[in-house]
Amino acid sequence: MTDLGIAIEPTETGGRGALRMFLRNKPAVLGLIVFAFIVLVTIFGPGLYATSAKKMVAPPFLGPGDDLGPLLGTDYLGRDILAGILTGGRTTLLVAAVAAAFTLTIGLVVGSLAGYFGGWIDTLLMRFTEIFQVMPSLLFALVVIFLLGPGTWNETLAIGLTLWPLAARLTRAEFLRLREMEYVKASRAIGCSDLRIMFRTILPNAMPPLLVSATLTVVIAILFHAGLAFLGLVDVNTVSWGSMMGKNRAYTLTAWWMVFFPGTAIVITGLSISLIGDGLQDAFNPKLRGR
Amino acid sequence: MIALARGIGIRLVLAIGLLLAVVIVVFSLIQIAPGDAATYLGIQQGTGDPEFLAQVRADYGLDRPMLVQLMAYIGNVAQLDLGQSTYFNEPVLGLILDRLFATMLLAGTALVFAVVVGVAIGVFTARRPESPASHGVTVISLLGFSTPVFWSGLMFILVFAAKWGILPVGGIEDVRYNGNWFGETVDLLEHLVLPAISLGIIYLAIYSRLARASMLEVLESDYIRTARAKGAHERVVVYKHALRNAVIPVVTAAGLQVGNLLSGALLVEFVFAWPGIGRLAVSSIFRSDSPTLLGIMIFSAAMVIVANLLTDLVYRLIDPRIRVGGSR
Repeated sequence: MTDLGIAIEPTETGGRGALRMFLRNKPAVLGLIVFAFIVLVTIFGPGLYATSAKKMVAPPFLGPGDDLGPLLGTDYLGRDILAGILTGGRTTLLVAAVAAAFTLTIGLVVGSLAGYFGGWIDTLLMRFTEIFQVMPSLLFALVVIFLLGPGTWNETLAIGLTLWPLAARLTRAEFLRLREMEYVKASRAIGCSDLRIMFRTILPNAMPPLLVSATLTVVIAILFHAGLAFLGLVDVNTVSWGSMMGKNRAYTLTAWWMVFFPGTAIVITGLSISLIGDGLQDAFNPKLRGR
Repeated sequence: MIALARGIGIRLVLAIGLLLAVVIVVFSLIQIAPGDAATYLGIQQGTGDPEFLAQVRADYGLDRPMLVQLMAYIGNVAQLDLGQSTYFNEPVLGLILDRLFATMLLAGTALVFAVVVGVAIGVFTARRPESPASHGVTVISLLGFSTPVFWSGLMFILVFAAKWGILPVGGIEDVRYNGNWFGETVDLLEHLVLPAISLGIIYLAIYSRLARASMLEVLESDYIRTARAKGAHERVVVYKHALRNAVIPVVTAAGLQVGNLLSGALLVEFVFAWPGIGRLAVSSIFRSDSPTLLGIMIFSAAMVIVANLLTDLVYRLIDPRIRVGGSR
């Protein structure tokens, strides 16, 4: 009865308010600092450290701190683990970023069309999305790589093709919710084109949850790429955190550092991105804080 | 009741349609990929002789129109024929069924562990929202979500199997217990602990947070205030009234994540040499055994579809608000 059809938005959820909320959230700021550090290290680290990740630089099986060897030890072929982590981070982050961008693009297109137009377009697109949801994602990625052959582009494609349904569903839900808003009806009334309403009116308002889900997608893409590389299904000539673990797996019990450090790099990276996502979530939606 | 039956009927038809679509996607992928069974056999035999390739294509029906091949493929799957493994030279379905128990045991144990412990942690921390434990759940949950399952598996092996020697390193059984029923069961459980925990820990992280959020929300609702106002004991309020509604999101999430669970199981099986479907899938890639790999793909999709149907059913049973067709 009291619903006047007006969305009452808390004033603090706007752009600047959200930024202030985010900066007040200590874990999120910590996540941002750590992630920025990791990105800088993977960009400049390999150049500054100057030890090749692929060359034998010291005796194999040197532990961290052994006999003034490399800081994090060497692997079974005497390659520097630290150099591998620096170089490998570049591959891992790059593949994850491109795959996540790819995922979000497909998700955005499918989800916005389904949510905005509704009706049979929605039904058709959602049934199509469902096909990709019932195929276990890692298995589907394996099949894609098996059929197309390994290689960085095929990996990225495989990850993107398997992860988009999540983004599509979320985008659709947001568009479904927002298209009934007063301001959307107003733009329609003054004769804006569908495309303009979708991308200029609705999309900016749908951004907050999509941004949170983007951070989630990046974490999943990192884990996915690591999993594929661990199984040895990627280009054997590229060093990545996952491939380092896969190649050194057999020596886990005798030389823990070979697998421990690359894995730790993934955990720290993933955690820092997750903290950022969590901070964004709290900033955009203060009611759900701490849940 | 009739509405419920009709709702389930519609769901079943949609499920079959979905499986059909998966089969078509898998079939199209085979067509898109470079080379076919004939070139593969040619490579195996060390020949590229066009006459030989044509002969093979005729033998396997690969020279027929695409649509005819697709119909034949669908017909085979409908008759539960997923093809013949090129490595084992055995029907793919048999290979999968031989390994189904191991995968179901691993995934099932991990899921039950995650749901039960996750809900317990969620309820415990929701009752003390400002305690350090409650804030800890958020951080641990994010940590669990960001950890590669194969890495935590390897680290568990390193600590529990290699360093302390209290649990086996991998595999599913130890030959020394052959024939001893009790010994075999204990042995199986010992082998199960590490893989199941490695796999379950991710979902434990997700569900504890989900359970806490939904418990916090339910505890604020009107009917809980009513229950407290009429003087119900706090324990009754939490465990009888609130818990029932708070577990619904967890059960739904668990049911809908069976696909993810199978993906995780694939990596865990690989690390722990657990003889399940996932390990077969990975080995099939290295053996270029495409019928087996694609058969596993279709079979797993079917498993996910069935799991989703069951979730839907359970959902309707535990949440009386959601009965199809407004049968109230």
